[in-house]
Amino acid sequence: MMQAHEGYVTEDGRQIGGTVMELKNITLRFGGVVAIKDISFDIRQGEIRAIIGPNGAGKSSMLNVISGFYHPQQGEVWFKGYRRGPMKPYQVARLGIARTFQNIALFDGMSVLDNIMTGRLNKMKAGFLSQAMWWGAAEREENENREAVERIIDFLEIQNIRKTPVGRLPYGLKKRVELARALAAEPQLLLLDEPMAGMNVEEKEDMSRFILDVNDEFGTTICLIEHDMGVVMDLSDRVVVMDYGRKIGDGTPAEVRANQEVIDAYLGVAHD
Amino acid sequence: MTVQQPPVGELQSIPALLARNVARFGHRPAYREKEYGIWQSWTWAQAAEEIRALALGLLALGVRPGDHLAIIGRNRPAHYWGMIAAQMCGAIPVPLYQDAVAEEMAYVLEHCGARFVLCGDQEQVDKVIEVERSTGALAQIIYTDRRGMRKYDHTRMNALADIQAEGRAAAQRLGPQLDSLIAGLDYDSTCVMLYTSGTTGRPKGVVLSNRNIIETARNTAQFDNLTQTEEIVAYLPMAWVGDFIFSMGQAVWSGFTVNCPEGAHTMMTDMREIGPTYFFAPPRVFEGQLTSVMIRMEDAGRIKRWLFRRGMAVARRAGPALLDGRPVPLGDRLAYGLGKIFVFGPLKNTLGLSRVRVGYTAGEAIGPEIFDFYRSLGINLKQLYGQTEASVFITQQPDGQVRSDTVGVPSPGVEVRIGENGEVYYRSPGTFVEYYKNAESTASTKDPQGWVATGDAGFFEEATGHLRIIDRAKDVGKMADGSMFAPKYVENKLKFYPNILEAVVIGNGREYCTAMINIDLSAVGNWAERNNISYGSYQELAGHPQVYATIKEHVEAVNRSVAEDPMLSGCQIHRFLVLHKELDPDDGEMTRTRKVRRAVISDKFADLVTALYDGSPSIHTRTEVTYEDGRKGQISATLRIEDVQVFGEALQHKVAAE
Repeated sequence: MMQAHEGYVTEDGRQIGGTVMELKNITLRFGGVVAIKDISFDIRQGEIRAIIGPNGAGKSSMLNVISGFYHPQQGEVWFKGYRRGPMKPYQVARLGIARTFQNIALFDGMSVLDNIMTGRLNKMKAGFLSQAMWWGAAEREENENREAVERIIDFLEIQNIRKTPVGRLPYGLKKRVELARALAAEPQLLLLDEPMAGMNVEEKEDMSRFILDVNDEFGTTICLIEHDMGVVMDLSDRVVVMDYGRKIGDGTPAEVRANQEVIDAYLGVAHD
Repeated sequence: MTVQQPPVGELQSIPALLARNVARFGHRPAYREKEYGIWQSWTWAQAAEEIRALALGLLALGVRPGDHLAIIGRNRPAHYWGMIAAQMCGAIPVPLYQDAVAEEMAYVLEHCGARFVLCGDQEQVDKVIEVERSTGALAQIIYTDRRGMRKYDHTRMNALADIQAEGRAAAQRLGPQLDSLIAGLDYDSTCVMLYTSGTTGRPKGVVLSNRNIIETARNTAQFDNLTQTEEIVAYLPMAWVGDFIFSMGQAVWSGFTVNCPEGAHTMMTDMREIGPTYFFAPPRVFEGQLTSVMIRMEDAGRIKRWLFRRGMAVARRAGPALLDGRPVPLGDRLAYGLGKIFVFGPLKNTLGLSRVRVGYTAGEAIGPEIFDFYRSLGINLKQLYGQTEASVFITQQPDGQVRSDTVGVPSPGVEVRIGENGEVYYRSPGTFVEYYKNAESTASTKDPQGWVATGDAGFFEEATGHLRIIDRAKDVGKMADGSMFAPKYVENKLKFYPNILEAVVIGNGREYCTAMINIDLSAVGNWAERNNISYGSYQELAGHPQVYATIKEHVEAVNRSVAEDPMLSGCQIHRFLVLHKELDPDDGEMTRTRKVRRAVISDKFADLVTALYDGSPSIHTRTEVTYEDGRKGQISATLRIEDVQVFGEALQHKVAAE
């Protein structure tokens, strides 16, 4: 059974709730390679939780375990009080988990609006016939969903590219569109895989602002991976530090920053 | 239908005009704003209700007559309402430039002693909080957009919608007080205070009374027959007097609709959807549009290009004449009609200019090609000349008397005379009351008879009675040999080339003229793409030998045209360089309205100026740049300096200089 943790109050005064997701003794292997070695940690309601680590530390694998894309050979994944077995991506989405990808997975030929609309798919229930004839439930649903999508477009300030095909957008904007699509699913847990990778300083600041605003405005629990230490420390409430597939630190940014093992990992002390 | 002039004693304030509009056009749209992808609209009756609720809320919040309410945000109905609500309370609205950095904002907030600030969003709130300590007087912050504001300390902060809710709740308690405040407003009450961008020194707070704004709005609305059916798009900074006159003065006077775009980046799309009938844009907007049309035509297929070229040839021949009502041969009329169907109609529609009945441009000189392009499409684009201190209008072009090189005849009610030194003076009902807390500047600008010095040098054309502006009076100088130096005259000629975004001509008191040039990244970048020239940065493109060669051709062409005027032939450019960075208001090199600050530039780029005159072929320089968030950095570059051919008499100077 999952242990319910008490919530806590962050430095800036936000009330964080109990555990949403708990990972227990996760080990993930690809053939002979051990990507994740016996890692446990939890994510609590309303917090911004970061997973950091040097390249190849196993961060993305960890995120894929959380998102249900990889199935660990050992360990348990608990979400909202239930132990989760292997599941299909659409089942994960229905559970209320949405994600973005490190290498952007949008539909290039479709407009920004249509791309974000795809994020609403799990909110649409009209039957095939109704959709095809654009009548009754289908029309009503489309209007409702379009409104929800427009609010996200407004929120992320991408009104000017609403009708632009995604393939024509620069990288920084594609990242924002991806975030928009994830938000469109109204997730309870939002997973961001390197949201700031390849961005310049101003784009990074914009993205940080949006992540904080999403958390603040919708109360979305966010778990993100990032290797830009500065950004992570400013953004997150609690940080898990990974190195070579192991967890070497876990706590508030201040605690993590003071952790000798973390410092060693980042400054490149020789490993045995 | 035109609106009648009011009897004396009535309609002496914006709130009074608002009440009239409710009675007269209550169900017509007053404001529209695109939000969530849909145009939301408010009729005059609905807008008046919103404004009253806001005014009551402000009273409840503690706004007192004489207080200053600063407004910092993009063009939104709520912000225009904020200004009217402040006036209702007897307070003075002070719109600020939303892209101003914190330091500039601090000066203005402190100078006017603003007790209340209405911010558009979190970004503006952050700036205000940052400078709050130094300004002191601030009592309450109000914000329009709630996003990201939850975590802020709200003891002295409120959402605009909450203020309105409070106002509605207090309607019975505070209603009579508000009514008596509104009744107390007259022609001499301050309507608005606007800070001039200040090409030199600190910004000055220009106090404009209800008389200034309402008289100007009435006169100019009659000049162009503006009615309640006009549609305008409010997209220019709210802190700029033009926006206040168009979107507030004339809009409330005539009762027409003010449409606010979704954001700066959606402006073009939104404008196409609205199709304004009355439109103002500074020349650079028209230039930018024309450049993008030309670029896209070059990318178009052969048939389209042929159609465009043929159509535009007809348009240039017949368009302006048709617009002015001059006789046009039947063949051209027919050709123009066809062109309208196949070329100009669709093009105007794409630009969002299909319905424009009256269009104005001002602020800078507009290139004759650009001006003629729009007029030949059948768009009634005219020029006006004005400034903040005049509530905009000094001169404007009447329909049928439009040319690119004049700024028109004095606006109704405005007297204009030319001083002995060539400076333009005016006196009008729109003439400002004073510079706030600056009696000295007021006295030196406005004489006891009410004449105001514009600071521009110009003359009236005898044949037509139209005013022509040469340059800023203080910028007109003398070269070492005593010939006239008019930098802006030459700069404007340079800027008419799409490749040149900005130019700064130097030469006052010197042997010969030189220039620093900014390339236009969109035009030159497109050219580079077309010619397979790769570049990694603005700086690299600016320094490219072929770019230099192109700019050199332009400079020589300008020299040739300058040489034609014997009075100004000394202003030909002997040497130039292409700057490695864009001149930027954030770096203080330009004003917020994008006018170059000569003193700052000659100081900041002193090493470049030296190199322009000491004959060196290149110069290595380091320049400080300011990022959008106010942080500073350094860029360094080696700039080439190019010699240019000069024409006519000026040739001798060059020989002498070498």
